Amino acid sequence: MSPVHYVALSVILFVIGGVGVLVRRNAIVVFMCIELMLNACNLAFVAFARMHQNLDGQVIAFFVMVVAAAEVVVGLAILMAIFRARRSASVDDANLLKY
Amino acid sequence: MNHVLAAAGHGGTNIDSIAVETIFWILAVASVGAALAMILVRRAVHCALMLAVVMLSLATMYAMQGAPFLAFVQIIVYTGAVLMLFLFVLMLIGISSSDSVVETIKGQRAATALAAVGLLVLLVLGIGHAAIGGAPAANSDYGVNNLSGLATLIFTTYVFPFEVTGALLITAALGAMVLAHRERTSPKPTQRDLVARRLASGQLAPDPSPGVYALHDAADRPALLPDGSTSELSVSETLSPRDPNEEPRPVRPGEAVPVTADSDEREAIAGRADS
Repeated sequence: MSPVHYVALSVILFVIGGVGVLVRRNAIVVFMCIELMLNACNLAFVAFARMHQNLDGQVIAFFVMVVAAAEVVVGLAILMAIFRARRSASVDDANLLKY
Repeated sequence: MNHVLAAAGHGGTNIDSIAVETIFWILAVASVGAALAMILVRRAVHCALMLAVVMLSLATMYAMQGAPFLAFVQIIVYTGAVLMLFLFVLMLIGISSSDSVVETIKGQRAATALAAVGLLVLLVLGIGHAAIGGAPAANSDYGVNNLSGLATLIFTTYVFPFEVTGALLITAALGAMVLAHRERTSPKPTQRDLVARRLASGQLAPDPSPGVYALHDAADRPALLPDGSTSELSVSETLSPRDPNEEPRPVRPGEAVPVTADSDEREAIAGRADS
């Protein structure tokens, strides 16, 4: 399999994740779509690592996974705090900072 | 997965490359379909399941690309830990939470479609201009020594980012604890307070168990009192709407509980007590 197939697949997954972030309004689903975008990036990293026959891309993908885990932990904690205060997980309801 | 690893590791024979190609197309179709379903289904739990499909497909692809370490990290960390965290939070804030499909911002979907097409065109153009040649199949230096190679890189070239990642993880854990912590606004009730509350409530004993003296020993069957009437206290509030035609609804505390006891059952019990 040529790496270009994998890169094309990662592009498609990235765009789908971006559409999900824009259209969905449940904050948890928005988070899941962000995870989908990060995964798509990882796929591209791994494909390029194989294309160039060195492991740096895999190391970067590993770091992306770690940062994604930290992001999910903090993001879900924020979500819990918002849900506790407003009884809703919809991103439309968290509008107190709006002008 | 061993077969996949072997196919990616040697990749010399024709049959192996055909197998890898077949697996790639199956996984590609599955992951794109699951990703599309993820943004289309309304229930958040179904989204999480679709995300699990995508992640497992990507893990298999990592294994096919000569990255077995990343494949297992993907399964253990992403599918195991991150997705479980998502499901935990979903259970906490309500399993039945589903998005409304009403568009709150006018023209949002059309603008999103436009932006998505634009992004897709940009990315495809960028990739088209980039020189992505064919890669040799992952050879033994690259595929089999994956773990030690990664370890060497992480602990030599990338040792500073690695340490920073450790600091990030600690900060994230502390941040999550701070954010999820709830300040207690009233003092914690002592045992004496609990006893006083129970005495003031007028009911000393626990609620009667469901099904006591009734014909069926089921959790939704109210207990029968000695005079043949049913005890509303014995049935859990969440079990009260037992009509199959009725939609399940959340029961608010303090709401009157409709107890469904068949009158003929009550008569049967009463008759049995008479005879």
